[in-house]
Amino acid sequence: MPAKGNPKGRATSDAASSTGRPARSKRFSVAGRPLFTKDDDNATEMGDGHDDDWTQPKSLVKPDDQLQLTEAELKEEFTRILTANNPHAPQNIVRYNFKDCQFKQISSVDQLAIHFALDGNMIHKESDEARRQMARGAQADANEQASEKAEGEKPADEDGEKEGEKEADVPEDGGVTPAPGASAGGSDKKLTNQFNYSERASQTYNNPHRERGCATEPPPRATFAGSITQWEIYDAYQEDFEKQEKNKDKKVVAGRKDEESKRKKLTVVDNQSDDITRVATAAKIVERMVNQNTFEDVALDFKYYEDQSDEYRDQEGTLLPLWKFSHEKAKKLAVTSLCWSPKFMDFFVVGHGSYDFLKQNQGLIQFCSLKNPSYPEYIFQTDSGVMSLDFHAEQPYLVCVGFYDGSVGVFNVVENKTGPIFMSTAKTGKHTDPVWQVRWQKEDLDYNLNFYSVSTDGRVSSWTLIKNELHHYDVIRLQLDDVPAEGPDGTVIDTLGGGTAFDFHKEKDYLFLVGTEEGMIYVCSKAYSSTFLDKFAAHHMAVYRVAWNTFHPQIYMTCSADWTVKIWDRTNSKKEPVFTFDLNSAVGDVAWAPYSSTVFAAVTADGKCHVFDLNVNKYEPICDQLVTPKKKTKLTHIAFNPKYPVIVVGDDRGYVTSLKLSPNLRKMPKEKKGQEQMKPAEKEAQRREFEIAKMDKLLAMVRQQDKNQPT
Amino acid sequence: MTEVEETMKRIQGHKGVIGIIVANTEGIPIRTTLDNATTVQYCGLLNRVADNARICIRDIDPTNELTFIRIRSRHHEIMIAPEKDYMLAVIQDPVA
Repeated sequence: MPAKGNPKGRATSDAASSTGRPARSKRFSVAGRPLFTKDDDNATEMGDGHDDDWTQPKSLVKPDDQLQLTEAELKEEFTRILTANNPHAPQNIVRYNFKDCQFKQISSVDQLAIHFALDGNMIHKESDEARRQMARGAQADANEQASEKAEGEKPADEDGEKEGEKEADVPEDGGVTPAPGASAGGSDKKLTNQFNYSERASQTYNNPHRERGCATEPPPRATFAGSITQWEIYDAYQEDFEKQEKNKDKKVVAGRKDEESKRKKLTVVDNQSDDITRVATAAKIVERMVNQNTFEDVALDFKYYEDQSDEYRDQEGTLLPLWKFSHEKAKKLAVTSLCWSPKFMDFFVVGHGSYDFLKQNQGLIQFCSLKNPSYPEYIFQTDSGVMSLDFHAEQPYLVCVGFYDGSVGVFNVVENKTGPIFMSTAKTGKHTDPVWQVRWQKEDLDYNLNFYSVSTDGRVSSWTLIKNELHHYDVIRLQLDDVPAEGPDGTVIDTLGGGTAFDFHKEKDYLFLVGTEEGMIYVCSKAYSSTFLDKFAAHHMAVYRVAWNTFHPQIYMTCSADWTVKIWDRTNSKKEPVFTFDLNSAVGDVAWAPYSSTVFAAVTADGKCHVFDLNVNKYEPICDQLVTPKKKTKLTHIAFNPKYPVIVVGDDRGYVTSLKLSPNLRKMPKEKKGQEQMKPAEKEAQRREFEIAKMDKLLAMVRQQDKNQPT
Repeated sequence: MTEVEETMKRIQGHKGVIGIIVANTEGIPIRTTLDNATTVQYCGLLNRVADNARICIRDIDPTNELTFIRIRSRHHEIMIAPEKDYMLAVIQDPVA
């Protein structure tokens, strides 16, 4: 069908279909009707004889190229067998057989071929349906006839048809025509032609297509290039990981937000502050390196130099001076105490004060490192002269200090870099005389830190660090006599000995010794505060130091202003020293070596340092060396480094000198075969036994001599 | 005077120390005890040395970190301490 622009054409075809169809239906269905009406122009198709006049006469029409055949050829017979098989039917149809679970060919193929099919609408005249139709048709004809009659009576005009029909209806309604069939047919309406329809369509305008677009400004471009290394990637991942960890923490603790923001603020402030502080650690390291460069020879000596002459000199040794420590603030302040750090082998603390009763002024604490001999690591100035100090074994940043004015304090080099974190006052029971020695103790039952102090006021006190206060109690009072002295006015006063030194037994926790100004030695126990386990006169003058042997549990040593160093055996009931050494000058300090039970060193007021090895020589020092530049300078204190063969000695001018012990001064037992495989603890135990045995052998020899002498 | 400044002053006062330079990561000097031209020259060159040394160390093992460089030359010893944001360099004549 032509779609567009030819509405007329369609209209004609519509008209044709609308006119043609009803006509045909009429003919087939209404049998009784005359076949020819004037408007039935399509009836020609029926091919009735009436039409022959305009059809052409029959004639044989041949195609031009038809083959001319002879008679014989025409008569020839061709036999053809017709079968009912459909040549086009497929022979090989397969279907899936569910029973056998396989595809199977189907044997019976449908051979029916339909060449033409037309559904007719003819009905047999004698069938029921035809009869019904005829009955209906007859009735309709009757109606028509009736109306025609009416028409005949009245003048017929074009639009009178309907009126006629109406008029014809009227008599029906009125019951004038008594045809029973007509009355029945009135209700039984003529079938409407269900094919009588017209198809209509219209086309709307198509909306015109429109395309719209716009271009934006292109984003700015920049060329970026960079090289990446493996570690940069690693850093980025690490940073990301940290961030994730942080986020996790945040989720867990919501309350921390405030703190974090504060911290952030703080860091911001830090960033703004003087940027040079960031190189603080670097500066410190560089300072040490500069020192190392300057004192390179000394550093090499410290590490590698061994006195070759020791091999030829029989059993004698020398001291090699290494670094000298001095600070301008410490000049004219005597070294009153020395203590190596138990943890850092290059680190020691020096206390400065004055032993002169008339010239008391400020004190000073210096924390020095062998790595930086030119300047102390930390420095504290105190109002009163420092008399004694001690490093804490487990917390090596804590130092307890005893002062000339009798107070004690605790310094923490990490926490507070300007002053003490604890300080005793007159209220909290400070000593009334100089504190000559302080020593950290094991933590008490409540894990509070505590230390002991001894002073010439006759008290040995224990100080406990609780929160921000020092609590004290007197462990023992050093009574001189059993009978208290009576004053002139009848008052009774305990006469107390002035304690100047003490030392705690290395194994028995409760046992300790106290030396006094009067030259007495008190053997005390922490368990008894009123009585002493023992007391005896050891020296003629003040005892400056008492010290238990590093290995042997029964041996201790004292030194005194009476020029002597004495070694005692606690098991000896006669209260006589095992050894006595006269050093021709007041002995400021003695110290047992940490590596041998028979080696000790003493410093004297004439500036000499004496090193003894009893195993080598029981009567003379194996080294007797002047270590101060001037003879007037008095040596006051000495301390062995716990690991290296180095000692530090302090003098009364504020200098500290470090000295290296030559090989003869530090003879150690040779390692036996098979010892290498031993565990360190076992090795240590074996070594301990060896050292104790060495001392015992020595003691036995001395006792033998004592026995022999009287006889 | 802060602790660091004291330390630096001590270093400067030490025997044989020729100069101290503190520079940032870009090699721009922040503190110096040398004259301007020398400082700029040292900064530019030492910064590159430190960077390359760091790359070398970290490429071998990313968990590692460069902490210190000592350069010993015939006349000097140059000690470089690269911190996080800054670099401290000290030039010393160890023989003096």
